[in-house]
Amino acid sequence: MGSLQLKSIRKAFGTHEVLKGIDLEVKDGEFVIFVGPSGCGKSTLLRVIAGLEDATSGSVQIDGAEVINTPPAKRGIAMVFQSYALYPHLTVKDNMGLGLKQMGAPKAEIDAKVAKASSMLSLEQYLARRPAELSGGQRQRVAIGRAIVREPKLFLFDEPLSNLDAALRVNTRLEIARLHRSLKATMIYVTHDQVEAMTLADKIVVLNAGQIEQVGSPMELYNKPANTFVAGFIGSPQMNFIDAGRLGDSAAKTIGIRPEHITLARDAGEWKGKVIHVEHLGADTIVYLETETTGLLTVRLFGEHRFAVDDIVYATPDTSLMHRFGGDDRVLR
Amino acid sequence: MSKARISPVRSGFVHLALAGYTAIALFPVLLTILNSFKDKNAIFRSPLSPPTMKSFSLIGYETVLKQGDFVGYFQNSLIVTVVSIFFVLLFGAMAAFALSEYRFRGNTLMGLYLAIGIMIPIRLGTVAILQGMVAAGLVNTLTALILVYTAQGLPLAIFILSEFMRTVSDDLKNAGRIDGLSEYAIFFRLVLPLIRPAMATVAVFTMIPIWNDLWFPLILAPGEATKTVTLGSQVFIGQFVTNWNAVLSALSLAIFPVLILYVIFSRQLIRGITAGAVK
Repeated sequence: MGSLQLKSIRKAFGTHEVLKGIDLEVKDGEFVIFVGPSGCGKSTLLRVIAGLEDATSGSVQIDGAEVINTPPAKRGIAMVFQSYALYPHLTVKDNMGLGLKQMGAPKAEIDAKVAKASSMLSLEQYLARRPAELSGGQRQRVAIGRAIVREPKLFLFDEPLSNLDAALRVNTRLEIARLHRSLKATMIYVTHDQVEAMTLADKIVVLNAGQIEQVGSPMELYNKPANTFVAGFIGSPQMNFIDAGRLGDSAAKTIGIRPEHITLARDAGEWKGKVIHVEHLGADTIVYLETETTGLLTVRLFGEHRFAVDDIVYATPDTSLMHRFGGDDRVLR
Repeated sequence: MSKARISPVRSGFVHLALAGYTAIALFPVLLTILNSFKDKNAIFRSPLSPPTMKSFSLIGYETVLKQGDFVGYFQNSLIVTVVSIFFVLLFGAMAAFALSEYRFRGNTLMGLYLAIGIMIPIRLGTVAILQGMVAAGLVNTLTALILVYTAQGLPLAIFILSEFMRTVSDDLKNAGRIDGLSEYAIFFRLVLPLIRPAMATVAVFTMIPIWNDLWFPLILAPGEATKTVTLGSQVFIGQFVTNWNAVLSALSLAIFPVLILYVIFSRQLIRGITAGAVK
């Protein structure tokens, strides 16, 4: 009751091509996240799925039915926006019920569905309020409630957490994950925050410059990035990229090693270097080195470590976790 | 403004300047009203003094109410002004919505074309308008005035409203589309309530020139049945004799309807003028 198929979706604004042929299949009940840097086309793709933008060419199928000429309201979707987009002149209850009312549902049914959704999101006591009388977190819950009430085939989320502060973001993230488990609905979620992507998704779609770079589960992307873009985008701090020539590997162009896969020692190791900056995060210590062989190197150590700027240290990578990329930036296996 | 950031001396000067301006702006209005309650001799002997027991007279108002159909003139002015404002706001907002919301070929060009009306005074086309109205058989009807004033008010209305429409969040309109609202419902139920302050601003800017206009009523609708207040007052201004009591009384009476409309719009207006300046 909620599969989605995209076939060679293209979208151009004038001569500027934003989406350059997107093919994607989303199975029923999957939580799929589109992630990518600003301007990669992820929001445009979501709008094409919603029917708010027309694709220049290509096909969108929801549950096997072609919907490219169907208006948004008839596609069986619901969308949650970054700016909440609540109707300012309606109460929380009317905000949540408007979609059903427009479809001509009987009042009793609307009331029952609004009551159910509001109890799921613990919004019962706010039903009579206007959006202006709610906090940011509450507003976003109302926006999510408005989507639930419609019982859509597809939930679309457009950066729903970007306007919330850090603590609230974590809470709402948990709430969305819980909701996905209890509703078992298909959800498509757009974000530029890779932490959200890693924590929520069944499947991550990494987009860059209007193209899909890689599709896979969070751990697949982390462990087996298909190219340097995905390798650099997933994981924080960013993967270290080292010129393969400096390490004596003539077959590859670039060698990638994640900061957490390098160990540091004071007396001996593979690459000798000088500490240029240290960040103490409590659980982690991030050390930036300038080494003779590799240049700038980021190392992530677990726990607290006493390194000071200008210390001489030796870094040793875990060679089994190194990634080798060829001249076209694709991984060599 | 917090007390910490503005010194009493500076705020004193600001208030002095504003009070001075208010006095200058109100002086003619006050003078008109004061003199409308005096007899003719008192108006000329001491135009600046308020009516005294001796000089107090309602002769002006009596003349106004007896001579000519002043109630009718008022009614005409009100009908023309209110109906014109209504059409200017309705069509202006619709055009502004189309210009700001939809991408279509010639959008910018159309916007510029509609804005040109701000720069070219409609009176330049008086002869053509008159010929058109004669051909259409609309001379001496209020419809003629309403059509002309609607055309006159639209350019500024579209210009101001389309700027405001651009500030209405796209997400909100898209949420409406997903909830199954038609484009008309989005326009009337989501967008219009949000730009109410701008609408009030446009209403006031449109209203005052229409109410005060003498030109088009004189040319297009000079008949007794369609006279507006400004035209009606001209009866008392003759080439050799001017009945000042009656003119001043007519003008004093003519102030009140606009004043009432202004009060209705003004609460919205202040928000409209300051919107964008502060968040």
